[in-house]
Amino acid sequence: MTALRRHRALHAIWDRGPGWRGALATVNHTDIGRRFIVTAFVFFCIGGVLAMLIRTQLATPGSAFVGPAIYNQIFTMHGSIMMFLFAIPMIEGLAFYMLPKLLGGRDMAYPRLSAFGYWCYLFGGTILVLALLFGVAPDGGWFMYTPLSSKTYTPGINADIWLIGVTFVEVSAMAAAIEIMVSVLKLRAPGLRIDQMPLFAWYLLVTALMMLIGFPPLILGSILLEIERAFDWPFFDPNRGGDPLLWQHLFWLFGHPEVYIIFLPAAGVVSTVLPVMARSRIVGYGWIIAAILALAILSFGLWVHHMFATGIPHMALGFFSAASALVAIPTGIQIFAWIGTIWAGRPELKLPMLHIFGFFVVFIIGGLTGVMLAMVPFNWQAHDTAFVTAHLHYVLVGGFIFPMLAGAAYWLPHFTGRRPIERLGKAAFWLIFIGFNLTFFMMHMVGLLGQPRRVYSYPEAMGWTWYNLLASFGSFIMAFGFALFALDVAMQVFLGRRSQRNPWRAGTLEWAMLLPPPTYNFASLPRVADHDPLAADPDLATALARGEGYLAEPRHGWRETLAGDMLTGRPEYIVLLPGNSLLPLVMAIMTGGFFLSILGGVYVLAPVFLVAVAACGWRWAWRVGQREDLGAIDAGCDLVLPIHGEAPGSPGYWGSVLAIVADGTLFATLVFGYAYLWTIASGWPPPQLIAATPFAAGLSVIALAAASLAGRRAGAVPATAATRRIALGIGSAAQLAALAALVFEIATAVPPPASHAYAATVMVLFAYAAVHVALALLLMVFAWNRVGAGFVSDRRTAELRVAAMWQDYAAVVTLVVLLVTKVPAMLS
Amino acid sequence: MSTLAPGGPAAAAIADLWWFMLAGAVAIFAGTMALFLMAFRAQARGPASTRLWIMGLGIAFPTTVLVSLLVYGLLVGERLQASAAPDVVEVEAMGRQWEWGFRQVQGDRRGAETVGVLHIPAGRPVDVLVRSEDVIHSFWVPMLAGKMDAIPGKTNRLRLLASRPGRYAGACAEFCGIGHTGNRFFVVAHDPASWARLAQGTS
Ligand code: HEM
Ligand SMILES: [Cu+2]
Ligand SMILES: [Cu+2]
Repeated sequence: MTALRRHRALHAIWDRGPGWRGALATVNHTDIGRRFIVTAFVFFCIGGVLAMLIRTQLATPGSAFVGPAIYNQIFTMHGSIMMFLFAIPMIEGLAFYMLPKLLGGRDMAYPRLSAFGYWCYLFGGTILVLALLFGVAPDGGWFMYTPLSSKTYTPGINADIWLIGVTFVEVSAMAAAIEIMVSVLKLRAPGLRIDQMPLFAWYLLVTALMMLIGFPPLILGSILLEIERAFDWPFFDPNRGGDPLLWQHLFWLFGHPEVYIIFLPAAGVVSTVLPVMARSRIVGYGWIIAAILALAILSFGLWVHHMFATGIPHMALGFFSAASALVAIPTGIQIFAWIGTIWAGRPELKLPMLHIFGFFVVFIIGGLTGVMLAMVPFNWQAHDTAFVTAHLHYVLVGGFIFPMLAGAAYWLPHFTGRRPIERLGKAAFWLIFIGFNLTFFMMHMVGLLGQPRRVYSYPEAMGWTWYNLLASFGSFIMAFGFALFALDVAMQVFLGRRSQRNPWRAGTLEWAMLLPPPTYNFASLPRVADHDPLAADPDLATALARGEGYLAEPRHGWRETLAGDMLTGRPEYIVLLPGNSLLPLVMAIMTGGFFLSILGGVYVLAPVFLVAVAACGWRWAWRVGQREDLGAIDAGCDLVLPIHGEAPGSPGYWGSVLAIVADGTLFATLVFGYAYLWTIASGWPPPQLIAATPFAAGLSVIALAAASLAGRRAGAVPATAATRRIALGIGSAAQLAALAALVFEIATAVPPPASHAYAATVMVLFAYAAVHVALALLLMVFAWNRVGAGFVSDRRTAELRVAAMWQDYAAVVTLVVLLVTKVPAMLS
Repeated sequence: MSTLAPGGPAAAAIADLWWFMLAGAVAIFAGTMALFLMAFRAQARGPASTRLWIMGLGIAFPTTVLVSLLVYGLLVGERLQASAAPDVVEVEAMGRQWEWGFRQVQGDRRGAETVGVLHIPAGRPVDVLVRSEDVIHSFWVPMLAGKMDAIPGKTNRLRLLASRPGRYAGACAEFCGIGHTGNRFFVVAHDPASWARLAQGTS
């Protein structure tokens, strides 16, 4: 087969199809990645316009440009858009677009999930922006402190919009986290050891892990606050056993890691682009990985530095202060590794490097002010002033925007297949750099002079006028810079000359393809031994196009890629990826219907949409799989491999494991919240505990144990379809009994949840258990049907194992819920 | 409102800490940027030494700086705590949307509320019991001390001392809704004579 015929055949398989339908049904990672990036940039522009409004308002004292009501919406939306609708989705987009190309694969692990995530993001973001247009946008600040955001003090829909919109977007972040992890761990090119992966993949792997563990606390917090607002369950109300600080703990338990979630991928861009620009290899590869891991772990132990002024005892603050200062060490390792890399090479000051220079200046200043703010006494002065606003922008713009601009300059030829126009880009850089520093350097100073953050105006007599005027002037220079950047991109897309294949002479695999990239990435998959394969073999691209790698022969219209061992990259099985589908869009619409019915207070509709989502999920899972065993088949280069359905650790299985990790984190935070209220909040012990009767509870535990055993039996090998169905049938019946027992408990034993935070929390714990038993039941019934339809054999048991896993999880959480609620009741 | 024009020992200690950190930060920034820029003109090229760049500059250097800074910061923080002292005056600061109400507190007795003005004696330690009636606010008088949040259901204690009699501007530092910007107040520190007069007048 010639290279051209192979291209045509593969393209026909991987293409999205014509017209509108094709655009809506595409699941290809290049499409989805690009879409995320463009949409995130649009949200950045919206957030940027809001920033300009803020700076216009603050430019002069006593300004009458907007009043406080509008101003509060503007800064809340600016912060929320930048954090949730710009930074995180931009990272997801870059990851989706880049990872398969960098790792030598043809797509991400769950293409339909990427598409679903995109639609959720788009719809959630649209809800937020529409609210802004209608003047009912959130106005409680991007961290939405209770009780200001509770029903009493924000009676309108504003806070609900934040909670619902952001949670909707978060669904997509969780999906992306799971997908990125599985793709990096499993879908690497044959032979690519984990300790030889490109650093960018390491950064994204750790980032995704942090998202997996960092987002659930916020999702839980949002659910609790929305329940409090909707049904008056007093989780955060100090008069009924709640505590406003619980919200702050949940929020910052997410919020601090969030900052590193934003920074790490950007640092990954620096680690990728800088060695190429410096014409050398990265110094301290292993150290950098250690530093990233250290950052990830440390960043979960720092959240209290946002709460230094809440009256927590000084000794406890000292601990968090030390931990906060210590993050500077892994950051320092990276900074000096980068500088050392430049020393070792022959650096060229091309546009990407210029942005990296901007990154160094701005981010180091942000890091230094960060260490200052980690010192408790100084924090007491600077907290909640313009100094903090300045610090956070130095970190976020320095640690995210400049690296992303560097990445844009570096990868734009890859996206567009066209050469950059350096001049315009350099002018844009200098405008952004100078404008930024002017704006935010001034804000440090005016913060020290006492200007609080989030004030819409200030009197002339304060002496803050000049600083603010200069800051606003600088922000307009910066805005011109971004406009110039957008112009530069547009010119390159429409007028640029065609770029040759590897314009920067880089070593990573994403450059081993035609530009712009073909839908299937690689005509055949390479065997890779280290993180810069093109450095050793510059002609790899042509060899792959000629079909000299794995999976070179298109067959049966299959979308094939390879999966390997997590550590060594030894090929394990062929993944057959699902093709284009409208299902992600439909499911996202149904999810949106669910969220909107809660937002509109039409609670009867919520379960209807939930059922629709479940039906979509059912169809989603039903459409994949095989009805017969294929055995080991040819994978090219003398390799024969099974397909994923017949291999032990399929992507679906690992995705399920990771989903349970995330779900378990949410549950752990819920139990933490319960323990926190019990020990810290006033009004405890509660006036009325749950009924101590253990019968229904005991029944549910026994039934769930039986269901777990049945699940195990159903998945055992060898077994006939009939045995499996009997086991699954018995398991489902047991689950149904457990569910009934839990519902009985909820209906009879729990005190009225609006009466006290205890009752409300216990109710949520029971609801959590019940929802998971119901989910496990759904999965087991699904498995029962799949066995009947012939999708399961002794070689194809993945679905049974997934069902059993969720059943075990449901059993464990139910047991925990019963222990933490019933034991105190029985003891008292 | 400037944190750098201290009117008492607490704010002065923090301002000192700030100037110290600023000097250190400028030095570190200049050094790092010098290394960065020199990298572009360096003549001797070759494999970079992990020992120097990672272990030396990346680990040993920040560790030393941070440990010393942390000790300094902790000691300052400890000194600012409301430790027992013989002549402490207690006052209550009640945050609400959108004003601050202040009262003198003596044991169980509370004086009359003054809105927007807190009277304290100069030269004596004052403990402000910071509370809230509705949402979270934050009591902040930058020239005298750091801030302390007013959280419903909770009482936080902040130690102040105004070295000289005078008027010190204060503001609510935690966003508390539409009136947050205007939620300002004054602290008036009295000399002993005027403090005695005031005490007589109110009790
Ligand atoms: C592009 C130029 C930008 C300008 C001129 C700008 C300006 C501002 C200003 C003046 C505030 C303070 C509002 C106040 O306290 O009243 C603010 C808040 C904030 N900004 Fe930006 N910003 C920019 C970019 C960004 C970016 C890129 C991010 C994040 C990735 C970001 C995240 C935030 C956050 C989280 C807040 C806090 C919002 C709150 O207090 O609720 N900003 N910004
Ligand atoms: Cu933080
Ligand atoms: Cu306020």
